[in-house]
Amino acid sequence: MQAIDRVLAARSKDRATAAQYIPRLFDDFTELHGDRRYADDQAILAGIARLNGTPVTVVAIEKGEDTKSKVARNFGSAHPEGYRKAIRQFLLAEKFGRPVITLIDTAGAFCGLGAEERGQGQAIAESLMTLSALQTPVLAVLTGEGGSGGALALALADRVWMLENAVYSVISPEGCASILWKDASRTQEAAESLKLTASDLLDMRVIERVIAESNTLDATCETLKAAMVDEISALRALPLNELMSDRYARFRCMGGVLP
Amino acid sequence: MLNKWLFRKPGNTLEAERADDRPAPRAPDKLFTACPSCKSAVLSTDLEKNMNCCPHCDRHFAWSARKRIQALFDEGSFVETDAELTSDNYINFPDYDRKLLDARRKSGEHEAVLCGTATIDGHKTAVFAMEGAFMMGSMGSVVGEKITRLFEKALHEGLPVIGFTVSGGARMQEGILSLMQMAKTSAAVKKHSDAGLLYICVLCDPTTGGVTASFAMQSDIALAEPRALICFAGPRVIEQTIRQKLPEGFQSAEFLMEKGFIDRIVSRADMREELRVLLMLHQKEGVHAGD
Repeated sequence: MQAIDRVLAARSKDRATAAQYIPRLFDDFTELHGDRRYADDQAILAGIARLNGTPVTVVAIEKGEDTKSKVARNFGSAHPEGYRKAIRQFLLAEKFGRPVITLIDTAGAFCGLGAEERGQGQAIAESLMTLSALQTPVLAVLTGEGGSGGALALALADRVWMLENAVYSVISPEGCASILWKDASRTQEAAESLKLTASDLLDMRVIERVIAESNTLDATCETLKAAMVDEISALRALPLNELMSDRYARFRCMGGVLP
Repeated sequence: MLNKWLFRKPGNTLEAERADDRPAPRAPDKLFTACPSCKSAVLSTDLEKNMNCCPHCDRHFAWSARKRIQALFDEGSFVETDAELTSDNYINFPDYDRKLLDARRKSGEHEAVLCGTATIDGHKTAVFAMEGAFMMGSMGSVVGEKITRLFEKALHEGLPVIGFTVSGGARMQEGILSLMQMAKTSAAVKKHSDAGLLYICVLCDPTTGGVTASFAMQSDIALAEPRALICFAGPRVIEQTIRQKLPEGFQSAEFLMEKGFIDRIVSRADMREELRVLLMLHQKEGVHAGD
């Protein structure tokens, strides 16, 4: 399977969205709405749930399942109020000592007038700062598309995992080909060059784990849930200062620099 | 009669990137620069003497990182750090090595940010200034590493940080590693901030993408140069998304101030004094410059 095939699989209209993952991974999911500043961005689906009995905060990007809900969810591209909604949930998780689990699937943060006017860059920047020092375990799972800053805003975590057919990139292959090479026909080559597949990112140690996808969503979720239960309990067992210094070190060492 | 070749077209970092096949002169060899704002013909040497601002209408032209630091901080006080860091093209991206060499030649710098320490009126501060002539000031591993090291150094030495951002965003030739620099720098800024230390960021034209969505928007005090373009998604991307022209002045420094995202708009001519006063106002009581 080539990189571009993974990209297409990650974007496939048949791919499960957060609303399908959540009931298979968690119990008693209780959705919480709004950023308390401007609006309730439905591209972000957030709330509290139990993971194998343990209360956790869930923050997910939801693309929508049918045309109507896709429009309501803005196809999974959040506005600044979506990132501020996420930040509010992160801080509540910290206050009540709940681990945070994020489920990420977005083509990117929304690019539009309202998003710019309300500070898309500032909202993402604030989410990054908040997560970098959040005094509770954070686990991020990329389930589909990991589109640049809009995905990273929810992925500054202690552990970052990807489903087998998820992709994670600084720019879409189409964007890369048209901006760098002025040639949309080179999309496939851009997909290869960007090293955006789960196995590429595992090799580069940008993620810790690839979750194999089974034939059915139920089976995939069973694998994912078992891994989550183990990981959350391991992260909760760590002393807080160790958790925080490990999170800093996790990102501190990333980059290709000479000498 | 003046020949049109007497005029130098003012540099626009976005256009400069597209024209990278042409040999870019390191020093302006055109006698005059036509100011696109007020249409007056400005002697290029006068422009340089005036911090690259039009003497007639104060339009702010692109300014090199090194000249910016030399002009705004005490003479000879800048001590550069990590000057030799270069990218290793970790993902072996096609043509990236050649682009890096071109950028080095064109900008005269090793990478897209200069870092170090300097003083303003004796007040010592950590400083970074991004270089738009180096691959549009894009953030790859080296920019992320240098910014991170600077905030760590400032944290250990108890120094404020003053930064000048000029950037086209994340450097896509470094793939996911460029994106990770947003996380890395954000964590370093947060640590510095949590220690009660001051960070002033001056947003210059243009500040966009992954830099806007990380350290450019994480300062305690956000200043901007007049009319600077400051955004997450650039105007062309938005116009493609919404299929209509953007209103005049959208995403300008003035627009961001109106929307509440920056504190003050400061002309280059006033920048040094502005920074001096802000540093002074954040001095701990009983501590004076030079102590």
